[in-house]
Amino acid sequence: MMLETRKSNSHTITGSVRLIHDAGLHARPAVKLTKLAKKFQAQISIRAGESADWINAKSVAKVMAMRASRDSTIEIKASGEDAEAAVAAMVDLVARDFPDNTP
Amino acid sequence: MSDTVGIVIVSHSQDIAKGTADMVRQMVGSEVKVAFCGGDPGGGLGTNVPLIIEAIDKAWSPKGVAILVDLGGAETNSEMAVEMLQPERRDLVVVCNAPIVEGAVMAATEAAGGGSLEQVRAVAEELSAG
Repeated sequence: MMLETRKSNSHTITGSVRLIHDAGLHARPAVKLTKLAKKFQAQISIRAGESADWINAKSVAKVMAMRASRDSTIEIKASGEDAEAAVAAMVDLVARDFPDNTP
Repeated sequence: MSDTVGIVIVSHSQDIAKGTADMVRQMVGSEVKVAFCGGDPGGGLGTNVPLIIEAIDKAWSPKGVAILVDLGGAETNSEMAVEMLQPERRDLVVVCNAPIVEGAVMAATEAAGGGSLEQVRAVAEELSAG
């Protein structure tokens, strides 16, 4: 499992994690990811692989439309006061395969 | 974030309305108030203004209520129901121009995140904008 976060500069925090969910990033995981992103003040973007466009992680329609498939690498970047906590929480959610008890 | 925008689902079919509400509860969670109505009081297909008003009351939130509808009459009856609300409530209820199932899930996700009524509506309608 790839699981790391790093500070690329003083403002933007980035992280990446491999998507292990069986069916990829389908509707239910997308809702969970978006709900989690909305808990943070930081601006959060995600993309599935280096060639993909960054999209707003707080937009459930856009996250679902990513159609990220199993074993793709989800990159997450965030900027703002709680960016570090946001990236850590997002990486954790994906790494733990979107557990149901996630608030 | 204790108050979230409420969601009302209005379909011609009670089964569709209930199934859509179930999807919202299971996918988004129970923190958003979801009410639904569908079918006419005789048990057939249709929508009914008093039942829509009842559903709006059930899902009521000080932040407002977003209604998701299916076809024709569901929309006009929902608009009529909104007009029949107390004047101070009318401005806090919107009928979204969005597909009923997808719109309800998207709207509820936005509502759960603490979005305003306008934000909830915009997210639901983002789907129709393509």
